[in-house]
Amino acid sequence: MNRYPLWKYLVIALALVVGVIYAVPNLFGEVPVVQVSSSRTTIKIDETLQARLEGDLKAANITPQRVEREDAALRFFFADTDVQLKAREVLVAKAGTGYIVALNLVSSSPKWLHALGANPMYLGLDLRGGVHFLLQVDMKSAVNKSVERYLADSRNALRDKKIYYSGLGREGERIVIRFREADQRAAAMKQLADQMPDLTLREVEGEESQIVATIKPEVVKREQELALQQNIQTLRNRVNELGVAEPIVQQQGVDRISVQLAGVQDPGRAKEILGRTATLEVRNVAEEYAAGSGQDAFFQFKDQPAPFNTEKYLDQEGRPVLVKKSLVISGDRIRDAQPGFDQKNGGAVVSMNLDDTGGRIMRQNTRENVKKRMAMMLVEKNSTTVLTWPVIQEEFGARFQISGMPDATEAKNLALLLRAGALAASMDIIEERTVGPSLGAENIQKGYRAVMGGFLLIAAFMILYYMLFGLVSVLALGANLLFLVAILSMMQVTLTLPGIAAIALTLGMAIDANVLINERVREEVRSGMTPQMAIQAGYERAFGTILDSNVTTLIAGLALLAFGSGPIKGFAVVHCLGILTSIFSAVVVSRGIVNLIYGGRKKIGKISIGNTTWEKKAGA
Amino acid sequence: MEFFKIRGTIPFMRHALVFNVISLITFVLAVGFLIAKGLHFSIEFTGGTVMEVNYAKEASPDRIREAIQKTGLTDFTVQTFGTPRDVLIRLQLKQAEGQSQNVEMQKQSDTVMKALKAEDPSAQLKRVEFVGGQVGKELAADGGLALLFVCIGIVIYLAFRFEWRFAVATILANLHDVVIILGFFAAFGWEFSLPVLAAVLAILGYSVNESVVVFDRVRENFKKLRKASVPEVMDASITGTISRTIITHGCTQMMVLSILIFGGATLHYFALALTIGICFGIYSSVLVACPLAMYLGASREDFVKPEKKAATAEMP
Repeated sequence: MNRYPLWKYLVIALALVVGVIYAVPNLFGEVPVVQVSSSRTTIKIDETLQARLEGDLKAANITPQRVEREDAALRFFFADTDVQLKAREVLVAKAGTGYIVALNLVSSSPKWLHALGANPMYLGLDLRGGVHFLLQVDMKSAVNKSVERYLADSRNALRDKKIYYSGLGREGERIVIRFREADQRAAAMKQLADQMPDLTLREVEGEESQIVATIKPEVVKREQELALQQNIQTLRNRVNELGVAEPIVQQQGVDRISVQLAGVQDPGRAKEILGRTATLEVRNVAEEYAAGSGQDAFFQFKDQPAPFNTEKYLDQEGRPVLVKKSLVISGDRIRDAQPGFDQKNGGAVVSMNLDDTGGRIMRQNTRENVKKRMAMMLVEKNSTTVLTWPVIQEEFGARFQISGMPDATEAKNLALLLRAGALAASMDIIEERTVGPSLGAENIQKGYRAVMGGFLLIAAFMILYYMLFGLVSVLALGANLLFLVAILSMMQVTLTLPGIAAIALTLGMAIDANVLINERVREEVRSGMTPQMAIQAGYERAFGTILDSNVTTLIAGLALLAFGSGPIKGFAVVHCLGILTSIFSAVVVSRGIVNLIYGGRKKIGKISIGNTTWEKKAGA
Repeated sequence: MEFFKIRGTIPFMRHALVFNVISLITFVLAVGFLIAKGLHFSIEFTGGTVMEVNYAKEASPDRIREAIQKTGLTDFTVQTFGTPRDVLIRLQLKQAEGQSQNVEMQKQSDTVMKALKAEDPSAQLKRVEFVGGQVGKELAADGGLALLFVCIGIVIYLAFRFEWRFAVATILANLHDVVIILGFFAAFGWEFSLPVLAAVLAILGYSVNESVVVFDRVRENFKKLRKASVPEVMDASITGTISRTIITHGCTQMMVLSILIFGGATLHYFALALTIGICFGIYSSVLVACPLAMYLGASREDFVKPEKKAATAEMP
């Protein structure tokens, strides 16, 4: 009786060993690190780079404690954050473009633990400091963009086949094409149905003969998903430019993106980079309305609306410029953008490099429009500025320069924005959290104290109240804490302050299982069972209750997990995992310990579970 | 050591009516406060901006208020947070919708910080949170949904494991707890934040836990004490589990107390909600759930019947 087969002990021992291995990395602190990684796949992190940068650091009298090189990143470890900051300055200056130099904290746990996949818990922003943004993607603007694109495509399709229409335009999200002759409409119908499978076409007879085209709902859905993905990719690129180590950019819900930048000290700059939804648009200037060729060519339109098929924007000096509605190229054709200086007049410029399609379109457009003007426009949220609108001197292709930036910093920012790519749809920051690093450290300390304080209180009480069985319960509770921390570390669940509160609460609730068992054992002893039988019966009878009560708690936890977000989710994950580990540790581990203590003996006079005799005395 | 030297069975059920009247009064009071004063929702639900500012020495909320007023803002609150050197500033959400709203909020927090720095250079921004109105609405909806889901899930599980009467009694007893917690938050104007919501939902699971333990014993006693009446079985079951109930709650409360003491201002109301939940959890799971199950007509037959039928069927 009360003896486990050997394999059960082995299972417990194995669980404990695994628990220790995965929990232990949390005990080692973190080392300040400067991380150099490549911003583009074409640039490799190799030995020569390492040797070069180490030399640069040496020249600046900085010696890193150690240097590590992985495929994607080069890490310099330092003794303290002061040296780390100095080293970063040097490395930013020396690494050159194409590299991201970021401050980071890396666990100082031994390498063999890291090799086993044992890493410390991933701390949420409220524990490590940093910035969190929640961005809402404007899906309407994504749809608008695709309507515009289908409009242009339909026009081209009809022109190619020389099908005559009397009007082509959009009405809301529909494209309406008008015809004078029925046979032209029939031809158009056939042509469009062939070439534009994404559109639903409908013929309308009325005063006018029309084709009304709408984008198929599944296509709209697909395009919105693509827009979201493109925005996420773009944000990743932009975040990389900020030099943040291990940033998180991920989809949340259908139309939201959450961005977490741990350890960012300057949320303003982060916001600026993320929030500026700038993209470049190149359009032809509406020369037909120009009065002369000077920079004030459109002065007469200052207070007048733009004529049909043109749009009016202001340039950097506030002069109106009329441009054609149709786009030559937009930002998604940009392969690279670098800031620089114009050799001739010394002004700040951005050197552009377009992709193949972009280059072809540019070549064709500049050939057809030599001696005419072309506008380079920066399209930001709700505001469009004409950066420059020079006269095209000669045909050019994929490489060209944009001038008109007031200074080098502006040129650098613009290059960064353009390089980071275009957003498929505009975005709003709808939630923002910034947590200072000192607050993060404080929160960790508070959380740690709360857990430890509660644990010690419970431990003291349990041992006083249940004696040896209380000690067993405390050991089981300790094992529970160990398992919980190990699983959280293993799964790399993001730990937040509410998460720590959940650890504390879960431990408080987990002791319930042990109390149930201990009370039951006491009761059985009182009712006259032998100690061995009482232990057996106590554990067995309590098990059903433990299961029932934990399943209901788990239901609540899962509901939190399903519907909660942010801090609630963090709370729920820990809560659910804690329930699972507590069942194991209360039922299996504590029984194992009790079996080790009492199981081997043939006969026990009394078990150490506190007072069990008062009832008999009362009866006597 | 021994706390509960319970020699006989305590006749809980005899006083059931008294307890029920008490809990009805508390419940009605809580509902009254909820209707009259409403919950003071945090910006996570309402949308708005929260700034936590740290000063080198003791901060003066009055001077901070003046400084902010100078910037032209009117709708804001200033209070100390945790320590006298930390101040929490809440800015109300502007009425504007969508993009302009977000720009507006960012400008606001920047202006406020500038004004505070001008007033006292030691002012340091520790934390800024900005939540748009839409997000808040969704959070509130999700919270309600979670509450509903927890209730349904628990009722189904309990109906399956026990009997529908026990399921209904349990969920009513627990909703009673939840309403009373909310009532406290309404009555004292405490801030209802996301962690508090998490606490309320955790209490829901926790308190059910409590009822389940008692009902487990009721089921066992129905089988064991064949001659006892229903109230007697209930009394015996509650008496049998009362020491465990109090010890468990006591242990959980020790943890919660530790959170309350060491957890800081962020977890203050979280711990407070749990404390109220634990106190009322003991009471409701025992003194509300059991009588309710009894009034609903819970009887021995619910658990013992199947065996009896099998026995009679075998008899010729």
